[in-house]
Amino acid sequence: MSNADQYAVMQQRPEISGLARSVFADADKSQISGVNPVRLNEIQCGHIVIRGLENDIKDVVQSQLELPLPTEPLSCYQNDAACIRWISPDEWLVTVAENETHSTEVKLRLAVEGYAAIVNVSGGQTLLQLAGEHAEEVLMKSTSYDVHESNLKVGKVVTTTFAHTQVVLRRLDTNSFELVVRRSFADYVFAWIRDAAAEFGVDTY
Amino acid sequence: MLNIYCPFCAESRSEEEFHYHGQAHIVRPADPDACSDEAWGNYLYFRANPRGLHTEMWVHAAGCRKYFNVVRDTVTYEIHRSYRIDDPQASAL
Amino acid sequence: MTEANRIPGGNDIDYSCPITFTFNGKQLTGYQGDTIASALLANDIKIVGRSFKYGRPRGIVSAGEEEPNGILQLADSDATAVPNVRATQQEIYEGLVCRTTNGWPSVDFDVMSLVGDLAAKMMPPGFYYKTLMFPQFLWPWYEKVIRAGAGLGVAPSVPDVDTYDKLNRHCDLLIVGAGPAGLAAAAQASRSNARVLLVDESPNPGGSLRLSRDLIDGQSAAAWIEKTMRELSGKANVEILLRTTATGYHDHNFVTLHERRSDHLPSRQKGASSRQRMHRVRAGAVLLATGAQERPLVFANNDVPGCMQANAVSAYIRQYGVRPGKQLVLMTTNNSAYQTAFDWVDTEGGTAVVVDTRAAPDPVLVARAKAAGIRVMVSSAVIETKGLRQVKSAVISGFNSQTQTLMGRLVHIKADVIASSGGWSPVVHLSSHTGTRPEWREDISAFVPGVSKQNMWTAGAVTGDFSLASALGQGIDAATSALTQYDLPRLAVPEVQEAIPLEMEPCFHIPHTRATSRAPMQFVDYQLDVTAASIELATREGFESVEHVKRYTALGFGTDQGKISNVNGVAIAAKALGRSIAETGTTMFRPNYTPVSFGAMAGRDVGKLFEPKRYTAMQSWHEQNGALFEDVGQWKRPWYFPQGSETMRAAVDRECLAVRNGVGILDASTLGKIDIQGADAREFLNRIYTNAWLKLGVGKCRYGLMCGEDGMVMDDGVTACLADNHFVMTTTTGGAARVLEWLELWHQTEWPELNVYFNTVTDHWATATISGPDARALLSELTDTDLDSDNFPFMAWREGVVADIPGRIFRISFTGELSYEINVNANYGLALWERLIEAGKKYNLTPYGTETMHVLRAEKGFIIVGQDTDGAVTPEDLGMEWAIARRKKFSFVGKRGMAREDCQRAQRKQLVGLSPIDTNVILPEGSQIVFERPTQLPANMVGHVTSSYFSPTLNKSFALALVRGGLDRQGETVQVSIGPDEWMAAEICSTVFYDPAGDRQNV
Repeated sequence: MSNADQYAVMQQRPEISGLARSVFADADKSQISGVNPVRLNEIQCGHIVIRGLENDIKDVVQSQLELPLPTEPLSCYQNDAACIRWISPDEWLVTVAENETHSTEVKLRLAVEGYAAIVNVSGGQTLLQLAGEHAEEVLMKSTSYDVHESNLKVGKVVTTTFAHTQVVLRRLDTNSFELVVRRSFADYVFAWIRDAAAEFGVDTY
Repeated sequence: MLNIYCPFCAESRSEEEFHYHGQAHIVRPADPDACSDEAWGNYLYFRANPRGLHTEMWVHAAGCRKYFNVVRDTVTYEIHRSYRIDDPQASAL
Repeated sequence: MTEANRIPGGNDIDYSCPITFTFNGKQLTGYQGDTIASALLANDIKIVGRSFKYGRPRGIVSAGEEEPNGILQLADSDATAVPNVRATQQEIYEGLVCRTTNGWPSVDFDVMSLVGDLAAKMMPPGFYYKTLMFPQFLWPWYEKVIRAGAGLGVAPSVPDVDTYDKLNRHCDLLIVGAGPAGLAAAAQASRSNARVLLVDESPNPGGSLRLSRDLIDGQSAAAWIEKTMRELSGKANVEILLRTTATGYHDHNFVTLHERRSDHLPSRQKGASSRQRMHRVRAGAVLLATGAQERPLVFANNDVPGCMQANAVSAYIRQYGVRPGKQLVLMTTNNSAYQTAFDWVDTEGGTAVVVDTRAAPDPVLVARAKAAGIRVMVSSAVIETKGLRQVKSAVISGFNSQTQTLMGRLVHIKADVIASSGGWSPVVHLSSHTGTRPEWREDISAFVPGVSKQNMWTAGAVTGDFSLASALGQGIDAATSALTQYDLPRLAVPEVQEAIPLEMEPCFHIPHTRATSRAPMQFVDYQLDVTAASIELATREGFESVEHVKRYTALGFGTDQGKISNVNGVAIAAKALGRSIAETGTTMFRPNYTPVSFGAMAGRDVGKLFEPKRYTAMQSWHEQNGALFEDVGQWKRPWYFPQGSETMRAAVDRECLAVRNGVGILDASTLGKIDIQGADAREFLNRIYTNAWLKLGVGKCRYGLMCGEDGMVMDDGVTACLADNHFVMTTTTGGAARVLEWLELWHQTEWPELNVYFNTVTDHWATATISGPDARALLSELTDTDLDSDNFPFMAWREGVVADIPGRIFRISFTGELSYEINVNANYGLALWERLIEAGKKYNLTPYGTETMHVLRAEKGFIIVGQDTDGAVTPEDLGMEWAIARRKKFSFVGKRGMAREDCQRAQRKQLVGLSPIDTNVILPEGSQIVFERPTQLPANMVGHVTSSYFSPTLNKSFALALVRGGLDRQGETVQVSIGPDEWMAAEICSTVFYDPAGDRQNV
C-alpha cells in the first residue's frame, strides 16, 4: 500500500517558462586559449535523492525507472531517461530530464510501499561536465581522491572533497567526468576549475 | 594524513574526508534521568586515552556520511580495523 | 673562459651556452648547467656569507642540499624574491640576481665579525639566555641590533607574482632518489604494471653515479644512467619528477614532494605553469634510495672559506667543470675521498696532498695515489686551517687514530682548498619522519634508518652499505619486495667494477695541540656557529640528553637542519659524556627535509580561491543594488543596502523603520534547511529538541531548541510539519552542516531503529522573507493563496504559487512583524525576488540585510545561537523554560545534562535586557559588566554584553547581556565597561523591548 499521502510532494516548476536561472549564470565563462583546452559544460536536469533500505526501494526503482538499484558501493546504472548513482548504502541520486522531475518524484513516491525518503533537490545542485585530455590533471589539482583510470573507472561514482568543498564525481569515459556541484558553491567550484585548467586552456559551453 | 578505510564505500580515503568523533562504544545510559551526577559525568566527559590501541568513531563526512569505528594505534597511528557500528563483532578490540 | 677556476670536462655544463648573472651587485658569468655555487667558485668567489653568531666569513662547503653556508637571497625583484635559497641547488639562468643573506653592511666587511671576534669567547651557548635577560626594557633594543646584524634572508615586502599549485598523486611505489639504487629499483618496478613514481631533487638523474668512475656492465656509469632513463621514459606506468624533493614523509605513506618547476628558467611565464608545485602523494610503498651525505671532519678553523667536503670537490670538478683552487689538502678517514685527489690531479696544474688519519690504508690505493703524483701522509691529521678570509695553509700533525691523539711535530703545507671526509651519513631523515629512530652502526660510524611501521623500504647507501653493486642489487630487491603482489622475476644485477671500495676508521673531531676550549674554534654546525667547545661546555653544564644539547647549543636548528653536523655533534657530546654514540642516540628529524616556500604550501588557496564564498540565488541582485556584505560562515549575506551616501546607521535605521511601519524584504536563503522524512520523524524530533513535537499538526510550524547532551544550547530554528511523516527543519546559517551531522550521529549510533532520513535542502530552496504590516497586502497581489489570518494563522505554512512560481509560504517571524517566508526551488529564486521587488514598489518594499534583521530580532528578545550563547548557556539561562518539555516520555538530548547541580545554580549567568542610562550610547558587544563601579582593578566581572544596537523604533539604545543571577535582578542597575576607566550604567530589564504581547506578528 502506498503511503504517499504522508509525504508532501509538490510540483515546483512554474507553468510559464523562462524563469529558471543556471547556477553558473554569474560565473566568468570567458574562454582561455590553449592548445588542448579543458571543456566545461553544464547539464541541467532534475535531481532526486532516494533514501531507504535496499529492499524497500529495489523494485520501485526497477519498475519506475527501469533500472536496477545500484547496491555495489560507488556504482551507477543509467538508461536514456535516467541515471541512478549509489551515494551510500541507503542513499541514491537520480537524475532525469528537468521537466520530468515532478512526475518522477510522484511515481516513485506512489510506488513505495515500505519506507523511503524521496527528495527533489534540483534547485540545490547541478551537473558539470569536465572533458579533455587534461581533465584528469585538473581533478588531481582539486581532490585527494585517486582519479587515475585504474582506480576511478568509467562509471564509478565517488563523493569526495573538491578543493575546499565537496562534489559527487563520476567518470564518463577516459577523458570526461561529471561533477555534482552544490548551488551555493558553484561560483567557487567554477572559478577553481578555470584556474586549475588555465595552463591548458578552457572552453566553456 | 591518515588513510582510512570506509567500510561502507569499501575503499580507503584520505583523512580530509572524515571527521573524528572520539572514543567509540560509548553507550548512552538507558535511563539518563536515573543517573547520578557522577555516572552522567562519566558518560559525558570521561574518555580513555590509551597509549596503544584505541577504538574510535569517525564519520565519512565528505563521502557517504556514515559513522563507523576504527581501531587505531595511538603510538604508530596504524589502523588495525575499520568496522560498521552494526558489525556483530563490533566489541571493541 | 673568463672564470679563473673553470676547467673543461664538466658533465652537467653546456659550454656553448654562457649565462650572465648578478651576485651582490656584481655581474658574473657562468654556463647553462651551473648552480650559483659552482658559478661563484668558478669565478673564484670564496665568501658567500657571514656566520650567524660570530660574523665569520664563510664559503661553499658542499654541492647539494646539505649546504650550510651558501644560503642566498634570490631576488630578481621583490615580487619574485625567495629568501634562503641554497646556492648549491639553485641553477643559474640569464639575468638571475642573488645576494648574501647576512653580513652588514657588506659581506666583505661585517660589523658582526668585529663583535664576533672580540666576543667569541664571551658568546658561549646560552649566551642570549644568560646575558640579555636584564634589564627587560632593553629587550627590544637588543633584538633590533642583533636582528640587523644577524639573521637569514629578507621576507619580500610585496605580493608574490608567481603562481604555486598542488597536485594530488597516487602510486603503488614511490622511489625517492634517482641514484643507482633508485634507478635500479625503478627499472625493476617498471616491468610490472604498477604505478611507479621516481623523484630526485637534482635536475639530472644519477645521484652519486654522476661522479662515479665505476663501470656497470662494462659501460661508464653515465652510459648506464642514460640507458636506464631511456628505458624508463618509454614506460607508461613510470613517472619521473626531477628538481623535486621529498620533503615530508607523513602518516600512512603520505609523502609531500616539492617540485621547483620554473625556478631555473629565466622568464617564468605567468599563468602558463606554476613556479613551484607541491605534490601530495599517497603511495602504496615508499622506497627510500636517498643515499648518503659526506661528513666533513671537525678541526680548528675548519670554517675558513676553502674548507669543503671531499666529495663536493669532486662534484665541482666532474659535474660542473670547476676546480675551486690549485693546491688541495685532503684529509680523510676512509678510501672514498682518494677519488677526489685523483679527480683533482687529473686536471691541469692541480697538486694534492692526502692526509690519512689511518696508520695503514690500502697499500694498493696509496701506491696508485703516489703514482698519480699525490703525496700521501698516513697517521696524520689537519689540526688547523691558517688563513682568515680564505684557506692559506693546513697545519698537519701526526695522529694516532686508535687513541685519537696527536703525535709528532707540526707541518705547514700551503693549500687553497682543504677537503675533508669523515665518512658517510646515510640520509635517514625521511625514515625518521615516520617516527622511527635511526640506529647507530659502529662498523660504518653512522646512523641508518630504523624499522618503520609504514610500508617503507630502503636501498643503496641509505642502508649503510656504500658499495655500488649492493646499491643496484638492493634497489632491485626492494622494488621486487615492495611490489610482491606483482610477483616480479628479479632483474639480473649488473656487473660492477668499483674504482675504490669504501674502507674507513671512525673519526669525527681532530684534537688540537691546545684543549678544545682554548684552541681556535672548531665548527660542528656552520650555519648556527656551534663549535666542539660549545657542545663540550653544554655537557659540562649538565645537559646530558642529546635533545637538550641540541636545544641549548642550537645544533641542527638552521635551515639545513644540521645535515652535515648532526653525527659529529652527537659524537662529540657522546665522548664528552663518556658514553657510546649508540647510548647517546640522535635527535629526530622532522619535516621538512629542506625548506619549502610558503607559496608552495599555500598553492592556489590564495586570493579569491582562499576559501569558498557561498552565494544565494539572489546574489546578482544584491550586488547590483549596492548591498554591502557580511560573512556568515562561508556565506556572503547582504549586511545592509545603503542608498546614496547613507551611513550604515542611517541605512539600518531606515531599513528597520520600513519593516516596522511598512514592509521589508530579506534574503533568508542561507538558513540551513533539512528535509526529514520517515514514520518516526516526529519521534526523532521529540528526542533531539528540548520541546514537544508529537502533536504538531500538518500545516503547522514550531520553534525548536536543540541542546547538546551537556544541556547547553547548540542550535535553534523553526521546523514545519509538511505531512504526517515529513518535516522540514531550519537551522542557523552557520550550523547547517554541524546539525545535519548531529542528527545522523544520533540516528546512526543510538536510535538506528527509528525510521527517519535527513537530507540537506539548504541549497535547494531560495527564501525571500517579506516582513512588516504591509506584508499581507503585498503578498496578496502575487498569490491566490488564502492569506486570511483565520485560514492562514501565525506559525502555519501553506503551499502556494507566488508570482507564478510554486512554493511554500511559512508564516513565521524573526522580526516580530507579520512575516511570510516564501520558499521556492532556487532555480527560480531570483525570479521570485525580482517579481516581489517589482510588485513591492507601491508599498515601498525595502530590502534589508542582516544588520537590520539583528536589530529587529533583538528588540523582540529573539536570541542568535552563537552570539547570545557561547556553548555554556542552558535554555533556562536564556529564560526559555517554556521551550523545555520535561514531561516528555523520552529523556530528550540535553535533559539530564541541564539537570546537573551546576546548571541549576541560582547565580548562573542569565540572559537579560539592558537599557543604558544614556540612551544614545550603544554598549560595545563583548563589554564586561560589574554590579558596582569598582574602586580598583581588576574587578570581579559578572557578565558581558552579547548583542547591542540602537533601536530607531524605540529611539534608544538597548542591549542583551548575560549577567550573573540576572533573571532575579530585573530593575537593578549594573555598570558596563565601555573604555579604559569609563563606565556606563544600564538597567536590567526584560529581553523583549518591543511588542511584548506579540500582537504585531499575530495579526
